[in-house]
Amino acid sequence: MSAGGVSVRGLAGAYVPGRDALRDVSFAAGAGEIVGVLGPNGGGKTTLFRALLGELPIRRGAVELAGRPAYVPQTERARLDFPVSAFDVVLMGAYARTAWFRRVAARDRAAAQAALDRVGLPDSATASFGALSGGQRQRVLIARALLQDAPVLLLDEPLSGVDSVSAARIEALFAELRQEGRTLLVATHDVRQAGEWDRVLCLNGRQVDYGRPAAVLSPETLRETYGGDLIVLEGGGRAIGVGHHGHAH
Amino acid sequence: MLGWLTDPFASPILQRALVELLILSLACGPLGVWVLLYRNAYAAESISHGMLPGLVVAALAGAPLLLGAVAGVLVAAAGIALVARDQRLGADVGVAVCVSTLFGLGGMLALSPQSPPRLGELLFGDPLGVSGGDLAVAGALAGGVVVALLAGHRSLALVGFDRAAAPSLGARPLRWELALLVVLAVTTVAAVQGLGNLLLVALVLAPAAAALNLARRLAAVLALSVALAALAGAAGLVLSFHLEIAAGASIALCAVVVALLALLVPAGRLTH
Repeated sequence: MSAGGVSVRGLAGAYVPGRDALRDVSFAAGAGEIVGVLGPNGGGKTTLFRALLGELPIRRGAVELAGRPAYVPQTERARLDFPVSAFDVVLMGAYARTAWFRRVAARDRAAAQAALDRVGLPDSATASFGALSGGQRQRVLIARALLQDAPVLLLDEPLSGVDSVSAARIEALFAELRQEGRTLLVATHDVRQAGEWDRVLCLNGRQVDYGRPAAVLSPETLRETYGGDLIVLEGGGRAIGVGHHGHAH
Repeated sequence: MLGWLTDPFASPILQRALVELLILSLACGPLGVWVLLYRNAYAAESISHGMLPGLVVAALAGAPLLLGAVAGVLVAAAGIALVARDQRLGADVGVAVCVSTLFGLGGMLALSPQSPPRLGELLFGDPLGVSGGDLAVAGALAGGVVVALLAGHRSLALVGFDRAAAPSLGARPLRWELALLVVLAVTTVAAVQGLGNLLLVALVLAPAAAALNLARRLAAVLALSVALAALAGAAGLVLSFHLEIAAGASIALCAVVVALLALLVPAGRLTH
């Protein structure tokens, strides 16, 4: 188990030189903190994750991570017709530390089953990944990240479109991971949910704001983050970001 | 009945052909599974057909077929890139135009009256004509393919299953997608003598399609694909012997029949 921590200073990243996909990002998150990453679709949430994973060329600034991060993509990015079981998917979290000619170590296999138990799917090891519900699939992908035993977890909209049982289990797991000292960056469109975490990072091609939810989640900041794609409810106490595809979250 | 199945293999010619097909099944079976999982079936056919002129020119010049294959693929890739630069046409049109042109050119060269007779085998194959040397070359190439697929198994699975997360799990998508195409090109060279440029795609794709329909776990799919490719190869030789039809075409037909029969079985029925 490793202590987390992320520090980003003046980050600008671009696939093509001179055409920044994301710029002016500076924030620090300590061990045991959950950061909600808010922004419209195309606002830079996934791009930030790609920069932290080393997949987006960093043109300016610097990134410091407590260790190699684990990435949990949106569940629909994974292939549902791929012939793998839930256990096979979790075991992928151990591939990077297993030589190609060796069987995955017995302790990693045991850890994979323990990760499935932890996300509430103890009996789903042999189930085909594609046959699981969206929420169950999301939990399997999180179990895979648990097996990576990374100090920093990057989660791309893990609660979007999942059933209530899965959502409750995932949120409880976030609390456990926070207790373990891991740092979680969670991309979300749900402003209310982000308000319950430790910090909020607002992105819209650049960093709009970063800090404690009470300080960041003002209607002005949200308007700057989402532009016209924002609905503010309940006298400004609750805001909903509306993605470019027209889905309210 | 047993005699009907075994009699053909009393002949050394058919024995060598069977060995050739068993060797090719070891490479084509698993490769086909990856090609289908990567949704590269069109690329498989395109690469195979696009390299034909390179193979023919190499054969005419007495150069190694592998060299001709590489040159053919490079010419095809350059042509596709050139056509695809025109945004009104796009990559699909680029592939269609270039591959058809190159395949036509290769066919013209291979079937020209001035070309040596064996060049026609590059198109349709001649498993009954394989020599001991051909077997050794096919064995070496297929062995290399099998080792490459074993070494890359986990990375190929990571990229094929979850391209977005693969880098964080230790696999670079572009590297493995390219590696798969290279392995496909090497397999094409290994199989072209036995099955021909036109028909080898059947032994790559059809058993794999059947295996993906019948099994649910990747290891079972890969093993089943090898077994079905070998079965199609052996059945094709038996049919060819008794019906006196071209062996390459007979094998391709059996591979397709295997895939069609697999469609009749409910998906994932054989393994869990």
